Amino acid sequence: MESLTLSDVEQKYYSELFLSCDVDNAKKVASNGKVLDLFRAAQLSNEVVHQITELCGATRLGHFGRSQFYIALKLIALAQSGLPLRVESLNTVRDLPLPRFVMGKNEQEMRHMFADPENQGPYLPRPPGRVQAKKVSAHETIQPCVPTVDPQPDTTSPVVSPHQSPPTSPHAWRKHKRQASGGNVDRQPSVPGVVWPPFREAQPGPVTGDGMWSAHSPPPVQESWVSFTDTPPSSTLPMHLPSAQPESTTVRTVPSAMTTNEIQRQISGYDDPWKITDEQRQYYINQFKTIQTDLTGLIPGSAAKEFFTKSKLPILELSHIWELSDFDKDGALTLDEFCAAFHLVVARKNGYDLPEKLPESLMPKLIDLDDSAGVPEPAPEVGFSASPVEVTPNKSPSMPSLNQNWPELNQSNEQWETFSERSSSSQTLTQFDSNIAPADPDTAIVHPVPIRMTPSKIHMQEMELKRTGSDHTHPTSPLMAKPPELSDETKLAATITFPGTTVGDGYSSSDSFTSDQEPISSAVNRQRSHSGTSPEGLKVVAPPPPPPRPNASHSRSSSLDMNRNFAAVPAGPQQPGVVAFPPAVPPRPLPTQTSVPHGHRSVEGDGLSAHTSTSPHQMPEQPNFADFSQFQAFAVDQPADDGEKPSDSGQAERCAESTGTMRTAKNDVQAEERNATTVNSAKVSTPLAPPPKPVRRRLKSDDELRPDVEDLPQKSNIIATVLATQPSIPRSIGKDKKAIQASIRRNKETNTVLARLNSELQQQLKDLLEERISLEVQLEQLRPFSHL
Amino acid sequence: MFHYTVHTSLDVVEEKISGVGKALADQRELYLGLLYPTEDYKVYGYVTNSKVKFVIVVDSSNTSLRDNEIRSMFRKLHNSFTDVMCNPFYNPGDPIQSKAFDSIVSTMMVQAC
Repeated sequence: MESLTLSDVEQKYYSELFLSCDVDNAKKVASNGKVLDLFRAAQLSNEVVHQITELCGATRLGHFGRSQFYIALKLIALAQSGLPLRVESLNTVRDLPLPRFVMGKNEQEMRHMFADPENQGPYLPRPPGRVQAKKVSAHETIQPCVPTVDPQPDTTSPVVSPHQSPPTSPHAWRKHKRQASGGNVDRQPSVPGVVWPPFREAQPGPVTGDGMWSAHSPPPVQESWVSFTDTPPSSTLPMHLPSAQPESTTVRTVPSAMTTNEIQRQISGYDDPWKITDEQRQYYINQFKTIQTDLTGLIPGSAAKEFFTKSKLPILELSHIWELSDFDKDGALTLDEFCAAFHLVVARKNGYDLPEKLPESLMPKLIDLDDSAGVPEPAPEVGFSASPVEVTPNKSPSMPSLNQNWPELNQSNEQWETFSERSSSSQTLTQFDSNIAPADPDTAIVHPVPIRMTPSKIHMQEMELKRTGSDHTHPTSPLMAKPPELSDETKLAATITFPGTTVGDGYSSSDSFTSDQEPISSAVNRQRSHSGTSPEGLKVVAPPPPPPRPNASHSRSSSLDMNRNFAAVPAGPQQPGVVAFPPAVPPRPLPTQTSVPHGHRSVEGDGLSAHTSTSPHQMPEQPNFADFSQFQAFAVDQPADDGEKPSDSGQAERCAESTGTMRTAKNDVQAEERNATTVNSAKVSTPLAPPPKPVRRRLKSDDELRPDVEDLPQKSNIIATVLATQPSIPRSIGKDKKAIQASIRRNKETNTVLARLNSELQQQLKDLLEERISLEVQLEQLRPFSHL
Repeated sequence: MFHYTVHTSLDVVEEKISGVGKALADQRELYLGLLYPTEDYKVYGYVTNSKVKFVIVVDSSNTSLRDNEIRSMFRKLHNSFTDVMCNPFYNPGDPIQSKAFDSIVSTMMVQAC
């Protein structure tokens, strides 16, 4: 015989074919029988076959030895490519595709023989190296899973498969391959399909190729092929996937690539192992009803526990299931959660491992109770069926990873069926298409955030009033926890435009201030901390300074008010704490204050004017309020600024600063101041028609500060003005000391906030920069003290 | 080895609880500083409203965690614990085997380190 050089692919293919023909293992095949069938499968005319037989020398030998067989195959390939049959051409033709044989689906070899209809360039016959490469490329074109173990056969097949949009089911693939042999051949007669010479090898190949598939277990790969016979797919597979492997690989890729939906449909149940079928869901719903007739109600934990304990699963697993399914962590199961739990129990009983996290299909976001829900879900779920599949990688080993094996999915599907059957004790799988009635994951999951509780609506109202746009309700809420008095204080503080109420007190104040002066708030926090009374109560501190204060205008206004007040108050020397200014400032504010108040009046339109008028009186009372002096200092600045900018804001800032300074002043002083302020506020409030809450706070402190009230008429004016701007503050006059202290603290915070505002004002007005700076410096110096 | 420490710390916690009424839910540390002269770790205590005590032992060499961090850790612990308690299959007193709980705890510890 002529020497025959075969490419590796060819070699493999041929040997496979040979093996397939060599049923007797005689290393040679008779001319009749399988060989002939094979040759005929090549769809060549009988003459050609005969000619080939002759050429290869089989006629001479009377049988087909391996070499003859190979030659024959090569000749067949030649013939199929339309090349003249010549012995010489055996070795000359380089790009000869593998001979294709149209076979029935009976033999795997046939399968292998499918011509690879892929019209891709790379043919096996290429030189080995190239072939391989080609195959690979082909594969690649087709799908990623290419060449793995078994390059040739696999490559070919994969190549093929991709093209053909794998039939809905991977199985179909396989089948397809088998049948495709015929089909393929038909299709590609002209196209040198990739025959699978190494068909035999391919078989083992596919087995190994399953490695490619990873998921596929060879047996299923091959056997399942048969079982799957989805003929349609074959038609769909233009390229026939000769080898199971390619199919599998393709399948794998295909599913991902192609119509996962289709596959899904076929695979239906198993593409998403966690999907709940309609029946299952229905079943679960019925079970739910036995426990809780109201489908929208909840099953208490204890009842659920008993129920699921009946499933005889270990407690640990039940516990885990519970953790997964109780989405909202409320200790009770909604219908969706219950279905999820039930589903998990069923799965577990059937051998599935519990996932680490709840599969999407079981998440209670799907509320639909109707069966149809289940159907559509598959489609989307297909998309992430992979995910649930992946999610459940821990599935018991018995279950091949679903995402890999569609065929396996099929099996799993069956397993699912068994689940339902086995579900016994009411575990029949009702469909669950993802738990219904999403147990409000949002609600449940989210742990209650204490945040702000607004103890007093009034406070809130005040805040709202106070703030034009501030959304500090938040801050207030925590603050609200404090007694109203405190809120008053905070309000007051807020009016002072605290940068950010720090803690409790601070918060409320911050609300009113709605200014985001974090630093100040921190300062306020410090203040709070040392205020002591309310700190604990105001856990809220934690959050950063309250949301931006109310418009600067608010602060302004308040500050202005404060200015007024302060102006009135600062009369005396600045508090001991305040070093610098004190003496100088007081005088200044007065004149400005008076002027400012006018502005305020417009803003506040209250007895501010009265206050302003009193401011001078208040001035002398400075001593009582060391801080006040500072305030006045601020007020001084503020008035000036006010003149330039909106008085309100300026005032607010000023007031804030004043208050801030006040706060920063020694603690005791501050306390006094606060009291004074509160007193003032109280006073102010009284004159003011709508006593702002902070004012009320002050009122509370008034009890203690009664004696000091007179001292700070001015302050009270200021405060009152500030308060006026603030939303109504729950008034709690005569509250106990704690409340007062809390309010004081808040005021301090507001003070700090106001201090910030002052700085802002400076920039804006660019007036009194020096004073302001100095004041600020003082504040800062004092602040730490106050926070001690 | 830490068990001993924890047990001793429990005593301190009890002492604190019985002392101040408001310290019930106090997140104050059990013993900031050295429990033992030789040992440089800090033990923090936390008691819930239901008298469940959490003890955190932190190595001092670890840049001392701020108090707030410890508090937040306790808070997270508390939250996770309540989640575990919600599980009807969990019997109080059993060792907690919840994976979610464990994961939260580990995450927390990793953050702390």
